Amino acid sequence: MSLAIELIDITKRFPGVIANDGVNLAVEKGEIHAICGENGAGKSTLMKILYGMQPPDEGIMRVNGEEVHFASPTEAIAAGIGMVHQHFMLADNLTVLENVILGSEPVLSGGRIDFKAARTHLAEVSAAYGLSIDPNDLVEDLEVGERQRIEIIKVLYRGADILILDEPTAVLVPQEVEALFVNMRELKAKGATILFIDHKLLEVLEIADSITVIRQGKTVATVKPDDVTAGDLAELMVGSELPIPDTTESTVTDRVMLAVRDVTVIENDRPVVADVSFDIHEGEIVGIAGVEGNGQVELIGAIIGTAAASSGSIHLGGDDITKWDVRNRREAGIGYIPYDRQGEGLLMNAPLWENAALGHQTKSPYSKGWWMDREGAREQTESIREEFGVKTPHVDVAPYALSGGNQQKFIVGREMTSGPRLLVAAHPTRGIDVGAQASVWQSIRDARASGLATLLISADLDELIGLSDRIVVMFHGRLVATLDPSTITPRELGSYMTGAGATSTEAANS
Amino acid sequence: MNNRLRSIGLALAAPVAAFVFATVLSGIVLLIAGSNPFVAFGDMLRHGAKLETIIDMLNRATPLYLSGVAAAIGFKMGLFNIGVEGQYQMGAFFAAAAGGAIVLPNGLHLIFIVLVAMTVGALWAGFAGFLKVTCGVNEVISTIMLNAIATTGMLAWLTVKWRDGALSTNSGTKRIEESGHIPNLNWFVEIFTPDIKNSKELSGVIVIAIIVGIAYHLFINRSRLGYDLRASGINPRAARAGGVPPKRMIMIAMLASGAVAGLVGMVDILSRNNRYDQNFTPGLGFAGIAVALLGRNNPAGIAFGALLFAFLDASSSILQITGSASKEIVTIMQGVILLAAVVSYEYVNRIKEQEEIRQASIAVGAVAA
Amino acid sequence: MLAKLNALPAAARYMMYAFVGIFVLTAAEAIESGDYGRLTSDTAAQFMLKWSVPILLTGLGGLYAERCGVVNIGLEGMMILGTWFGAWGTLEWGPWVGILVGIFGGALGGLLHALATVTFGVDHIISGVAINILAPGMARFLSTEVFNNPTQSPTLKALPKISMPFLAGGWDTPDWFGDLADRNIFYLSDLAGFSRGLVSQLSIFTLVAIILVPASTYLLWRTRFGLRLRIAGEHPLAGESLGVNIIRQKYIGVIVSGALAGMAGAFMAMELSGFFQEGQTGGRGFIGLAALIFGNWRPTGVLMAALLFAYPFGMSRLDRDGTSSHALMLVVALSLGLVALWAFGQGRRVHAAVAAFLSLGMFVWYFGSETAPTWLTNTLPYLLVLLVLVFAAQRLRPPAAAGKPYRKGGT
Repeated sequence: MSLAIELIDITKRFPGVIANDGVNLAVEKGEIHAICGENGAGKSTLMKILYGMQPPDEGIMRVNGEEVHFASPTEAIAAGIGMVHQHFMLADNLTVLENVILGSEPVLSGGRIDFKAARTHLAEVSAAYGLSIDPNDLVEDLEVGERQRIEIIKVLYRGADILILDEPTAVLVPQEVEALFVNMRELKAKGATILFIDHKLLEVLEIADSITVIRQGKTVATVKPDDVTAGDLAELMVGSELPIPDTTESTVTDRVMLAVRDVTVIENDRPVVADVSFDIHEGEIVGIAGVEGNGQVELIGAIIGTAAASSGSIHLGGDDITKWDVRNRREAGIGYIPYDRQGEGLLMNAPLWENAALGHQTKSPYSKGWWMDREGAREQTESIREEFGVKTPHVDVAPYALSGGNQQKFIVGREMTSGPRLLVAAHPTRGIDVGAQASVWQSIRDARASGLATLLISADLDELIGLSDRIVVMFHGRLVATLDPSTITPRELGSYMTGAGATSTEAANS
Repeated sequence: MNNRLRSIGLALAAPVAAFVFATVLSGIVLLIAGSNPFVAFGDMLRHGAKLETIIDMLNRATPLYLSGVAAAIGFKMGLFNIGVEGQYQMGAFFAAAAGGAIVLPNGLHLIFIVLVAMTVGALWAGFAGFLKVTCGVNEVISTIMLNAIATTGMLAWLTVKWRDGALSTNSGTKRIEESGHIPNLNWFVEIFTPDIKNSKELSGVIVIAIIVGIAYHLFINRSRLGYDLRASGINPRAARAGGVPPKRMIMIAMLASGAVAGLVGMVDILSRNNRYDQNFTPGLGFAGIAVALLGRNNPAGIAFGALLFAFLDASSSILQITGSASKEIVTIMQGVILLAAVVSYEYVNRIKEQEEIRQASIAVGAVAA
Repeated sequence: MLAKLNALPAAARYMMYAFVGIFVLTAAEAIESGDYGRLTSDTAAQFMLKWSVPILLTGLGGLYAERCGVVNIGLEGMMILGTWFGAWGTLEWGPWVGILVGIFGGALGGLLHALATVTFGVDHIISGVAINILAPGMARFLSTEVFNNPTQSPTLKALPKISMPFLAGGWDTPDWFGDLADRNIFYLSDLAGFSRGLVSQLSIFTLVAIILVPASTYLLWRTRFGLRLRIAGEHPLAGESLGVNIIRQKYIGVIVSGALAGMAGAFMAMELSGFFQEGQTGGRGFIGLAALIFGNWRPTGVLMAALLFAYPFGMSRLDRDGTSSHALMLVVALSLGLVALWAFGQGRRVHAAVAAFLSLGMFVWYFGSETAPTWLTNTLPYLLVLLVLVFAAQRLRPPAAAGKPYRKGGT
């Protein structure tokens, strides 16, 4: 069979980093080819090169046997390559049709868009691949799964027969992943070649025809799914065995640290959190499972004080903190690892030692009375750096210079060293490499052993199941189930998260 | 240490490059306009070195500096207080009116006038802050509208209404009594050079400006409130999660900015004119924004910017006398310096960022140095 | 009731607003003095239209910039360049070329803004402020060099004016609106008089400006260029990933933005003042931005906002003794009352309370005074802008990426 894509010795350097170091890749026509590697291995850079968003510094690219040098995505599109980005490239305030035709608009004289022709073509494409959408919808009104469908249609609309999917399953629950796989098999049956980036190994083994593993910018191996196990793949990816989040014996006490009672949060006249009640004990980790946008963010807000609870009460270690402002709650011992570390956790261009003070600036060693304690803050930052292995040349560096993993370790360190009684940890390991992941898990576990109460929110179901002592499921703003992590599987959890509950899980299995 | 020198060098490179660029460009403009730039700039330098010009320059730099600090307080919080212009004029007017209406003992009178100016400035700015906090009105538009309301209508009307009764043609507030004048600093100048002429006075307001500069530095860089303010300016969401209430910070920043803005008119009110009249200097608010941008909101940088702009203003008056070029060339120079400076700051910033990223990745060991 | 209104086509809705608006003005004047039709006279309408053009053009300028993702606070400066260049062009080559030269001057400012923000990544507001400081300096210098006067130019020749035939008596046809206006029938004559003002003594320049409104709607929502411009303001990376040259779109958008501001400046110099004068723009660039916000980033909305903001501007020129403005105070008081009711109905209690308080204050002031003070007439337009923003700021939809820095490849 002939090759759809061939990459030979592709190298790409960024200031201070070699993202791709002599990558080789051969993708056959009509196959689903997975590219695996942990975060920071250079997968995304490779895809950007392939899609013409960045030129390689060295190496040869062939598409359908012909050598190509893409200067822009336009040229990649012309060569039949299309890309579905991990972060959807859709404008909320534009219609589906506008989003799809952008860049290859059919025009009449004078640059006027031929909307009629565009509609017809769109209808043809969506009919051909069984992907239904309404072209007049505004994108902002659509669900995640629908948005992904638009992204795929965008690519097909341009007549691409080589599709690059960048971590398409990251935003989906297991059931949606299955729907996506059905679509992918259909595309393959119609003759399309799919290049598929992922690091969820079981998914890869299920869907891929071949798998190429990348580690630290180099291709390690290309294998067939029948020849390897998930364990083999993990070893290839990491160079050693993949760590598994696993809490050992229970440290749960009977002392309640956080008591949430009937909390409701209203936003735009709509309850986004409705009558939520739960307790977290000292030494306990409570995980919240849920598809993004089901009220987790607002629940966190109600606990740390950035969102007002319209009714209900929140007690922290016996104190009623419902009416307290954020500062008082933080001072009372709530640590917070935000879901969006750059957006809510860091001052991206202030030095690290100023970042260390954020959220703890009223306490020693960061300040003395009305004044900041610059020396104390620096010393504290130094010790966070050493204790949590934050790799940085010095503490005057600003966070933008650090990798995502180091930023995350820094935030975890900042919250852990402040001696919290309650830790609110949202996606504590999102987007960080395996080594960092293991050390973040370890520090949460250590703190748990010494009596810390933790509220864990994560989209990574393995992490949720592995770390939590108890899992509650949040759906449409309500807590719909309490589950025991020692008996639940990610699949079952997934069906609770979509509101289906246990019964329909069995139906789906049969 | 080497690193520190390097970063200072980088920080200075931008404004120096901007100044050189602006000088060359203005020179070319002068050439096209048919003047000899060397003669013109030579005249300015020679004139600028004279003692009288230096005193003019300091008197001019004082309000520019205060205005720059006022704008910088907003900038540090990510707020664009374009309304310094309206705030200082309102502040000055009410301070002059109040100061002229009563007589208090020495010192007390002075403090009273200064406090009125700061309060009125703070209120006028605080109004924009209030609108932002309660109704989400963008402060850029609201402060500009408040400028227009203050300068086009209100002040013209108030000045006529509260003018000095006897001379209705000579509109302005009542002259402030001697006790409300700030002493000049000529005694200080005489330490260095005895030949100061009595017609020139170094305004005592410069002392206020220096105090404000030091206070600004301590507040922004050393105090906890200043930290909260800066954090809120860099990333309001992160600051909020860190316990900094964003609305309160907006109000504090606007009030502080407005209070300092109120001081801008004090050179006119306390030492030059001793009343609010048609000789009052307008336009210092916008110049202050320029000076703050030029000085990168840094207390010392703003001083540098204020002195540079004041030098250009003060020394340009010679051009009219010698006729070597049109005096308006300095306004072009100021504009070009500003624009070139903000562009080169951004450029230098990017170099610095890349450098830091490179260093950080060396530390991580991602690449062999 | 409001929901039903929204179901009407936009044109019909705006017509209705206009009818109601003129009725309110008529009624207010009837209460004020009984027989004095200044608020609804044809000159009032003429002045409104004339003074709306600079606001409209800068508003459209802001629209092009923000739709491609660049906030342009430098409109004021670009407008100032337009006044000088427009004046100079008119003096040298006549009014038609004058417009073009004015546009060129503004576009130069736009180019500068594009360079700073798009290429060098300078903060949009900072660059805009810098341009606002540079532009008056340039105008002053150029004026000194060319006009031998730092603050003013000689008088300029304006473009010809036209009146509509039949409606306003152009080309010696009957003057229907005028005849009806002279009959002094309550409301009907006011309506006719006001309408007459909109179609008589129209500068061709004004016509061109108004044609730009539907033209912009068409360009931005019906053409390929428009879609690509909007994606630059909504989600530039999405555009880039589909091969759209975002940088080019942004440059075009910002330069067009400057060109429109320059056109506004040329209009001010040629049609409103009859000469270039330092400071003549009087913050209209910023009012244009306010019109853009109030018009919800749409051309028709900008036009409506421009007309609304321009009315008190025109009135302050027309009404030197402050009697008609006094009647206007009643209108403002009434409108604020309505706003209070509306806000209360929406459940926005703070807004309702503020509006009710202001309304009450205005009523007290109105009944306690004979004429409006001059400062009020002069500042009414700015107060109006502020008030409108206070009550409209929350329901609006700016382009998602406006004001955000963009670097190619997202790095």
